[in-house]
Amino acid sequence: MMDCCYIKEVVKGFFSLCTGMRVTMGNVFTRPATIQWPRKAAPLPDRFRGHIMMLANDKTGFPKCIACTSCARNCPSRCITVTGKKPEGAKKKVADRFELDFTKCSLCGLCVEICPVGALDFSRDYAMASYTRNDFAAMDLLQGLGSPFKDA
Amino acid sequence: MNRPIQPTYTLDKVGEENFALNLGPQHPGTHGVLRVVLHMDGEYILQADPVLGYGHRMQEKIAENMTYPQALPYVCRMDYLGALSYNLAWVLAVEKLCQFEVPERAEAIRVIATELNRISSHLLWWGAFLLDLGGFTPFLQALTDREQILDLLEEITGSRLTYCYFRFGGLPSDVDEEWLTRVLAFIKEFRDRLPRYHDLVTGNVIFHHRSKDVGVILPFDAAGYGLSGPILRGSGIEFDVRKHEPYSGYDRYDFEVPVDQNGDCLGRYNVRMAEIEQSLRIIEQAIGSIPDGPVRSKVPKLIKAPAGEVAMAVETPRGQLVIYIVSDGSKKPYRVKYRVPSFANLSIFAKMARGQLLADALAILGSLDMVIPEVDR
Repeated sequence: MMDCCYIKEVVKGFFSLCTGMRVTMGNVFTRPATIQWPRKAAPLPDRFRGHIMMLANDKTGFPKCIACTSCARNCPSRCITVTGKKPEGAKKKVADRFELDFTKCSLCGLCVEICPVGALDFSRDYAMASYTRNDFAAMDLLQGLGSPFKDA
Repeated sequence: MNRPIQPTYTLDKVGEENFALNLGPQHPGTHGVLRVVLHMDGEYILQADPVLGYGHRMQEKIAENMTYPQALPYVCRMDYLGALSYNLAWVLAVEKLCQFEVPERAEAIRVIATELNRISSHLLWWGAFLLDLGGFTPFLQALTDREQILDLLEEITGSRLTYCYFRFGGLPSDVDEEWLTRVLAFIKEFRDRLPRYHDLVTGNVIFHHRSKDVGVILPFDAAGYGLSGPILRGSGIEFDVRKHEPYSGYDRYDFEVPVDQNGDCLGRYNVRMAEIEQSLRIIEQAIGSIPDGPVRSKVPKLIKAPAGEVAMAVETPRGQLVIYIVSDGSKKPYRVKYRVPSFANLSIFAKMARGQLLADALAILGSLDMVIPEVDR
């Protein structure tokens, strides 16, 4: 009786292993799910939250930021430094310094949401690597944008 | 097969066979920086002392120094595998405190996203648990499907792990019809793939020998230690916050609370596998009955909660999370307390591991499905 149960269990166990093996072998004939980065890249969704970037004013090419500092005040990790001044003859301030400490940033996106003029947006840059942290400690977001203060 | 075998040695009798073994802080079986000092008698464990705190970040104190919206991204960092449940708990707690209205469409989308997150968490657990038991194939199978969930969630939240998607009074952005149909398509595809999971593991004879009658938790102990989630349900106690204290419109959906009477690793495994199917059911119903309308109600930009206190319980993939907030009427909480499921679930490990083999202790640790940063927080 005991032996009969034992043999039954062995046979049952052997078939359970075969069923599992069938799944494993089935995978041999499927396409790999891996995408070979960096030769190929996975599609990036529209709402991808990368690091923040400053948008330019369409007319002037200057940064849209009015230096209200609400992003800096609302940042949970306090990683935004922003100052601004009024260009001559203008009514509103324009940012002359906007730095992001990316080493602290947690990519939560509260600054983008809070901005009253929609000056911030998420960058689509995700492959960021460097040999030194100093490259990210003070990222100048105004780089590449025009500035009313450059000539002065 | 008579297990567990109780060793006859005592702790103070240190001999050739008695020694202390450090499991962790860095060990693949602990899934994080958890250290367990195991007092061993050969292959058998005499006593297990978990050492916590390697990942302590003062989450509660951080939340007390932040305004209500600022604490939102921090809450998700406790349990990174079920981040949306944590997100939901914080948002619901503050909404309850301030009595904000939430549109029905937002509630439905919250349920869809949270349940997708629950499936992805259970899938990762499934893979990691079997990796602990020595099977590598399940891990790859699970991650392939989990990847699709992450893609779906990334599309609406913008992030793959720390979603931070819910806001007070609703959601920051709506989802479109196309996304909902893609979720339905995923569910259909995933249902076709689920039998493979059972073929591969559930019926496997080696898996049965490793998990049956290992780490048995009696219902009395499960309730006494304050366990929750699949571990409590795996011990035969039917309790699910979604069912018994419904939040975010869970009472509108028809789903079962899977229970297993055995209380062993296999029981907890069965409960989680059944839970995945129930989550799929909930998502289907939520998509089927999703109302039109706004996703965010009018909420003041500067949130000042009225003085008072609130406790909000939410069923995370790991169990019952309670967020308790005391407000003094300012824009920052006065006191925040997180009652996390993993911490309570870990507390029974010392009792379960006693008298077990070292390999079985790893199976037990895997079946508890802990996220260590959540334990340490």
